[in-house]
Amino acid sequence: MSITINNVTAGYDRHPVVHHLSGSFADASLTAVSGPNGGGKSTLLKALVGFVPLMTGRIDFGGVKPDEIAYLPQQFEIDRTFPISVLDVVLLGNWSRTGAFAPMGKLHRKEALDALAEVDMAAFASRPVVSLSTGQWQRVLFARIIVQRARLILLDEPFAAIDGHTTLELMQQLKQWCRNGVTIICVMHDLNLVRAHFPQSLLLSRELIAWGNTADVLTQENLDAALERSGSWQESLERCEINGEEERSA
Amino acid sequence: MKRALIGAILVSCSSAPLGVFLVLRRMSLLGDIMAHAILPGVAAAFILFGMSIPAMSIGGLAAGLTVALLAGVVSRFTALREDASFAALYLIAVASGVLMISLHGTAQDLEDILFGDARLLDEQILSVMAVISALTLLALLLIYRTLVVESFDPVFLRTVRGNGGVVHAVFITLTVLNMVANYQAMGTLMSAGLMLVPAIASQFWTQHMRSMLALAVALAVSGSLLGLIMAFSWNLPSGPSIILILGGFYLFSLLFGRFGSVRARYFPFRHFSR
Repeated sequence: MSITINNVTAGYDRHPVVHHLSGSFADASLTAVSGPNGGGKSTLLKALVGFVPLMTGRIDFGGVKPDEIAYLPQQFEIDRTFPISVLDVVLLGNWSRTGAFAPMGKLHRKEALDALAEVDMAAFASRPVVSLSTGQWQRVLFARIIVQRARLILLDEPFAAIDGHTTLELMQQLKQWCRNGVTIICVMHDLNLVRAHFPQSLLLSRELIAWGNTADVLTQENLDAALERSGSWQESLERCEINGEEERSA
Repeated sequence: MKRALIGAILVSCSSAPLGVFLVLRRMSLLGDIMAHAILPGVAAAFILFGMSIPAMSIGGLAAGLTVALLAGVVSRFTALREDASFAALYLIAVASGVLMISLHGTAQDLEDILFGDARLLDEQILSVMAVISALTLLALLLIYRTLVVESFDPVFLRTVRGNGGVVHAVFITLTVLNMVANYQAMGTLMSAGLMLVPAIASQFWTQHMRSMLALAVALAVSGSLLGLIMAFSWNLPSGPSIILILGGFYLFSLLFGRFGSVRARYFPFRHFSR
């Protein structure tokens, strides 16, 4: 049932960002993906959700279907000035059941309102999203994921620019999902948060540095290695491309 | 006058909602570009069939869709962004259209095609407009949910495997189709106005999609009505009259609207009253 990554290389325009990554995410695990900028954290999530094609290797989703994957990109990728109400955003979580045409009924509305209540946003249901703060907006997006009933949740820096109190509350939601059997993979920058809340960690700097229990992964030695790797990434890119050609010609 | 009014109302009902989506999708200029892109098709039909409305409509539609398709293809397969390829293509389209008309027709023909005249609307044109209007509203209703999501959260639409590409194509087609209907009433140069100006004005009054759509239609209809009355009373061309009335609505909204207007931004309610 776990999600297994086997020798995955992925990137854009023939430039691989993640190189030959292998490992697996256990069922109902909570994993933080950390590493320097440009190290391939977001690319890994995009490869998992299918937005970035795999150049090598494959991903075994262990029975999780494509419409059971929820993905939350970094904040700026959504137009928050659009004239749509909070409730309508959360209702969209029903998409895998209603599709583009089927009407949203009373049950859908109730589920959406319950999800909003769970993230303390019930009072905001009829508000336009443009009136929300960054933290409130993130709560609404979490409510939409609740309605999606996903089995795999991919979050890209969900706590960037979010205050400490909201972060802790949303963190409780992550743990709640895990208790319900959902697998969560979360790109994180704040290593203190990772150490405090994430049992599993994956340290990525174009290549895998370490993967396992957070305490074993986030050692000074590994962090130094990740930084060093990112400093000389152009060198490593070249090396890998040569490897790739050798593999192909062999 | 009665025919002109019916025509303007028909066009308002379908164009204004499209305009709202164009504005929200930051594609306002696409409406303008499409209004020009249909010109060579209209001109070609005019040369081949004379002032035949069905022929000119089909020609305009073909030309507009060709430009949209080419711009999409160019931006997909080269480094040029879509807005840049649209700009290049529509300028070429306008130039060739004007050249075609001036080689084969009179200055009056050119003026009629560029500026239109709602007073010349006959039953044949009106039925074309009615069909286009009904078709547009029906199609919008069908693609509404996907179009909204594609406009504000395209990443989510991809994760739920919604058909963003098809909806985008339908939307562009509807835009061109309405441009073709508009130019009968207002001419090529003005037809983007009825689509965009009411939509832009409505941004200042509401933050909810449905009321924004309704308001844009209401503004378009009342602007057409007032513009036509103005045109008939003082014997003015109808297109510019309607657009100028709508421009007045826009100016008023810009100054006094509820959200983001000059008044709302620089003269907000006092925080401490008294």
